[in-house]
This record gives sequence, C-alpha cells and structure tokens, in this order.
Amino acid sequence: MDSALLIHRLHFAFTVTFHYLFPQLTMGLALLIVVLKTIAVRRNDSRYHDASRFWARIFGINFVLGVVTGIPMEFQFGTNWSHFSRFAGGVIGQTLAMEGMFAFFLESTFLGLFLYGGKRLSQTMQWWAAVAVFLGAWLSGFFIIATDAWMQYPVGFTQGLDGSVQLASFWQLVLSPWAWWQYAHNMSGAVITGAFVMASIGAYYLLSRQNVEHARIFVRTGVIVGLIFAVLQLFPTGDRQGKMVAVHQPVTLAAMEALFESQPGAPLVLIGQPDVEKRRIDNPVVIPKMLSFLTYRRWNAEVPGLNSFPQELWPYNVPLLYYSYHIMVGLGTIFIAIMVIAGYMLWRGKLYDSRWMLWVLLLSLPFPYIANTAGWVTAELGRQPWLVYGLFRTADGYSRTVSAGNALFTLLGFMGMYMVLGILFLFLVRREIDRGPAAEPDEAH
Amino acid sequence: METVWFIVVAVMLTAYVVLDGFDLGAGIIYPVAARSDGERRAILRAIGPVWDGNEVWLLAAGGTLYFAFPQLYASSFSGFYLPLMMVLWLLILRAIGIEFRLHIPNPVWKSFYDAIFFLASGLLAIFFGAALGNVIRGVPLAADGYFFEPLWTTWRVSDNPGILDWYTVLTGVVALVALTTHGALYVAVKTAGAVSQRARAVAVMLWPVLFFLTVSSLVATTFVRPAVLANYKAHPIGIVIPVVVFAALATMIWASPKGKEKLAFLASAVFIAGMLVGAAFALYPVVLPAREPAYSLTIYNTAAGHHGLVVGLAWWTLGAVLALGYFVLIYRMFGGKVNLDEVAPSTPAHAEGVRPTI
Repeated sequence: MDSALLIHRLHFAFTVTFHYLFPQLTMGLALLIVVLKTIAVRRNDSRYHDASRFWARIFGINFVLGVVTGIPMEFQFGTNWSHFSRFAGGVIGQTLAMEGMFAFFLESTFLGLFLYGGKRLSQTMQWWAAVAVFLGAWLSGFFIIATDAWMQYPVGFTQGLDGSVQLASFWQLVLSPWAWWQYAHNMSGAVITGAFVMASIGAYYLLSRQNVEHARIFVRTGVIVGLIFAVLQLFPTGDRQGKMVAVHQPVTLAAMEALFESQPGAPLVLIGQPDVEKRRIDNPVVIPKMLSFLTYRRWNAEVPGLNSFPQELWPYNVPLLYYSYHIMVGLGTIFIAIMVIAGYMLWRGKLYDSRWMLWVLLLSLPFPYIANTAGWVTAELGRQPWLVYGLFRTADGYSRTVSAGNALFTLLGFMGMYMVLGILFLFLVRREIDRGPAAEPDEAH
Repeated sequence: METVWFIVVAVMLTAYVVLDGFDLGAGIIYPVAARSDGERRAILRAIGPVWDGNEVWLLAAGGTLYFAFPQLYASSFSGFYLPLMMVLWLLILRAIGIEFRLHIPNPVWKSFYDAIFFLASGLLAIFFGAALGNVIRGVPLAADGYFFEPLWTTWRVSDNPGILDWYTVLTGVVALVALTTHGALYVAVKTAGAVSQRARAVAVMLWPVLFFLTVSSLVATTFVRPAVLANYKAHPIGIVIPVVVFAALATMIWASPKGKEKLAFLASAVFIAGMLVGAAFALYPVVLPAREPAYSLTIYNTAAGHHGLVVGLAWWTLGAVLALGYFVLIYRMFGGKVNLDEVAPSTPAHAEGVRPTI
C-alpha cells in the first residue's frame, strides 16, 4: 500500500474515531435529558430537575469536545481527501452544507440557554431549550449519516463528462432507505451509550451510598430506556441494516462473516479466527445454517462466499472487519441480556439493593463505546476498497498534493492534542461526578 | 446561478469575519484591557453567549463552499494544507480556553487558559489575514487545478510562493490590527468602567496604525497583482466600495475618542465588511487566481451541477432565515452591558465565569 494513502486513511480514522466518542453520548443524553426534563415539568419534581441539570453539565463538557473534534472532520474532506471531494462534492456537499445551516446554528444558539439559562428562563422555556438542543444534535446526526449512506449506497445522481457526480434527485438523496435504516441503527446505538452511562453513574452512587434519591432515577431511567433501545438495536434496525448489506454489498457480508466458500445452508460463526492466506476459519464455533436463515429467512438459502468474488473487490482488511463486526454483535447481545435482567429486577423492586447487578451496570460503562466504535469500523472497512461503493476507489480519493510527510506531521499533531483533550475531559467529568447531582447549579448570568 | 452562490459564500465569510472578528479581537486585547479576574470574566461574559454562534458562520460557509464549488474546496483546502491544520488546532485550543476556564476556580488553571485564549485569538487573526492575502496574490495552481504551498519559501512574491511572504505577512498584520480594534470597540460597548475605558484607549491608539496599514496594503495589492484593478476599471461603480471603506474608517476615528462606542463599532464592522467586499469584487469571477493566469479557478470551472445549485437555493434560504432568527433572539436576550456586579469575585465558585455557549 502506498504510504501516503495509508497515512491519509489513518488520519481520518483516528480523528473520526476520537470524535465519535463524544457525539454518541451527547446524542443519546439529549434524548434522556428531554425525558427527565419532561417528567420534571409534569410532576414539578425537584429531583428530576436536579437530575436533568446534572446530566446537562456532563452533556456540556462532552459537547465542547464533540464540537472541537468535529470541526476537523468537515475540513478533512478537502485537506486530505480532495480528489474524493472533487468527485463527490456535487452530491454530498448538499448534506454537509445542510448540517451547517440547520443543525449547527440551532445547537450553538440553544445550548447556552439550555445549560446556563436557569434563572432567566421559565420551566417551559428550559424544556423548549432542551428540545431544541435535542433536535439540533439529532439533525446533525442525520446529515452525517445521509452522507455516509450515500457513500455506501449511491442514489439520485448523474455522472458528468469530467467523471464527477452531480445531484439528480434531492429526495432520493435524503429519503434513501439505506440512510434511514442506518440512521435508526446509529441513533439507537447512541441512546444505548447514553442509557448505559446514566445507569452506570447511578449504580456507582448507589454502591457508594451517596445521592441515593438521584441515583435511583438514573438507574431506573437508564435501564428502562436502555432495555427498549438494546432491543431496537437488534431488531428491526440491525436486522434491516444487515439485509441491505447482503443485497447491495454481498462481498462485504461474506467478509464480515469470514465466509470463504459459497454454500447453501451457510453456518453462523460465533467465534473463530479467519486465516485469509489459507482461506479458512481456525477454531470455529458455529451455529449450522443460521447465516442463511438470518440473511434470507430460509435455512438452505445459498450465501455467496469470498471465493466467489475476485480478491481485488474484497475489503482491504478482512480479519479486522470480521472482528469488529463480531465484537459489535456480541456486545449488542450482551447488552440485551444485561438490560433484560436489570429490567426484571427493577420490576420486582430488587434492583437498587442488588449489589452484584449494580456492579454489572457500573462496569458495563465502556462497552457501548466499544460497540458503537466497532459498528462504525464495520461500516467503513466493509465499504472498502471503495470510497463510494462501486463508483470510486479509496486509492483514488486522497490529496495527491499533500505528501505522506506532511500528513504524518498533522496526524502526530492531532494525536498529541487529542491526548491532552482526553485527559482534560476525564479530569473534568470526574469532578462533576464527585460534585454530584445536588450541587449548586451553574448560574453564570 | 454560479454568481448567486459566489455572493452567498462571500456574504457568509464576511459575516463570519465581522462577527467572530469581534470575539477574536476581544481575545487579543484581553490581557491589556482586563487586569483582575473579575475584569477578565467581564470580557469573557461579553462574548460568552455569542462566540460559538459566530464561529458557526465559518463552518457553515465552509460547508456551503463545499456544496457550491466543490472543486474550489478540494483545491484550496489541500493546497493550504498546513496553515488550515494549524487553524484547526488554534480553533480547538481557543474553544477549550474559553469553555474549560470556568470549571475550576484555581488561579493557575485560569492563567493557563487565559494565555491560550489570547495566543490562539491573535494567531487566528494573523492566519485569516494571511489566507486572504494568499487568495488575492494567487497561488501556484497547476493545469490539473491543484497546488501545494509550504509555509514559506523565499518570503518574496514569486511564482513559487509560500503561505507567508512579505505581502501575506502584511495582510496578516492588517487583519490583526483591524480585528484588535474591532474587538476593542466591542468590549468598550459591552462593558463598563475600567475595562471599557482601557478597551477604548486601545482602539484610539490603534487607529493611526490601522489607517497606515490599510493604505499600504491597498497600494501593495495593486503592485502584487495589478489585475485586481480590472473590475474597478470595467465597472467604475465599484469605486463606491473604497469610498465606503474610508468613510467607515473616518467615522471610527471620529467617534471612538468621543465615547460614541456603538457608532465606532458599527463603523468598524462596515470597514471590515467593505474591505472583504472590495476584495470579492476585485476577484470575481475568479475565486482562486493562479500565478499562471490560464490555470485560475473561476466560479464557472469549479461549481457543482446546475440542478444541485437550484435545489440548494431553496434549503439555504430556509436555513439562513432560521439562523437569522436565532441570532436576533440571542443578541436581544443578552443585549446591554455586562453587569460587573454579577461577576464580583465573591460569587460562588461554580457560579462564576462566562456562560459557555458550546
């Protein structure tokens, strides 16, 4: 692999992976805060007001990090991927520009009101500010997903004489079925992160016997919302996403499952290590015929394997794709199990006193982050070797004028800066958790 | 249709410089105008509710540029690779300088973020000025529409220029002084007492410098790229723009020592907008001049397809109306002078500092 291509890919991969640690929480929390705030206003319950203010503080810190690490993403299309931008700007420029016009202005205006408008705003206005922030965050997510969905499944375009693509149908672009299923799957994943983090902090307070009243609200809200969305993540959103991959990117599906031989009644590999050189799976643990059934709803359906496709169409890194996909699905299954058990105990009134279950909730905190990240790695590695599936190769997209040395310089710069940001983030969030939900609200005005 | 989008992008970038310009300028005069923690908080509070929204104009302008002129976006962003990456780092540092400062009431912690806020604001002003200088001077575009500029080469205006040469350094300094004055006038309007007086003193002190730099940069521009005069010769109506620029400068000079800060601030906004509109007028229809004129990028050879541009006009108009609505709301809500009593040092730890808007 040409080293400039590799470094430009790492540049985007590193900055976007770090970036998405923050929006997945803020998009999820935005919904949860609206839930808390709605209950607070309806019941006029001060505990719920405190709870929503506490999570607004955590949200605020995450949001700053999400914004500052998000700005470089918009720039990198031009700086590091200029040939791709020239090719695809006529279509994806639409969705990226709309994000700026519709989401960023909305968020930047209402976030301040939402976080610190306390004294100046009535309860109803505070609720509206929370809703506006939620809308802004979720709109932002939609435009980004619509952009990525177009790269996965290009629709609504024509190709000009110079090779670049141009918009032919705006509605096909924004109503693409791929975009809406991917959006549903992605946002559900973000809510899972928010719900697990909320339940985890609540469990921490209960285990350490502080802020008990608020902690119960956190655990209750986190478990109920988490249970709903953990199920939605699998069905229908994950299921539909998988079917679209099977139809439109069959080679990707084969690589995700590390299925080398085309076969009827294909097995589902639960565990095993793909050996691409020998084209087999080592140490496999499988469920016979399950892959055929999950993909086509028929036990004996034929599933095409990697051997049916020329190797130049295979994703670049089959083992990494296979592992990220299996980590995502495995964790998603465990999330359902955790939330079903926790939900049952909540229903029976035993959850708040069950130390082992609270420990499970506490320790589960990092895993939704891992699952969401693995999901994105699956989507983006699975699209390789294409930047725009079937139309434009990744190897043709990077900025030819930006040398490997210059790109490495800025990659190292981002690594250093993001390390500092990560340390500051942990430091500030820990401080908010120590201060707790009953602390004095920030009243700067 | 290309012309419409040229105007839209130019207006958005102008809005960005005028709006974010005053909070960048506030960051530059920050160490001079504010001596105590309370005074620093007063300045931060004056920009707190609005700075992030101001910065969104840059992001939205960038997105709109990508959408309307994808090839210009591709060429310029990759060609200006290193300075753009540094701008990104500075934007990150500046944002955390403003937003993280308030979280911990410790003088060492605060001093660190104060320094970051000041340095990042000043360097950003210089970078933006130098960027405009590069666009006006022209870049070494090749026949394929791409180029790459190192940070500096010989410091001369040549066919192998760097991002920095004597001309772009000059435009960088012009931007630094113009935005410092702009920010000083904003702080003078939004605060009271000693901070306001010191800010006004900075503005009064800087105007002769600004006047001198403006004249010399305009003269230098006609030498560096004589073609900038072509549009003015072909359409003499364009002469209105420099007249407005100098009228605004004169108003600013007249109004700021008399304590008419609001008028002076508005004049400063008109001055900055006039300079940018003048540059856009001189460039049109070229958007990125090449040192070899045949390779210049124009609105015609960089624009997206016609259908996309027409569709975009519909949603852009809706988005712009909404954005203006939010701006009216937030500026009305936080109108008037910052009340220094509210930020007295006795305020409880967590109730202090600027209200972050991010």
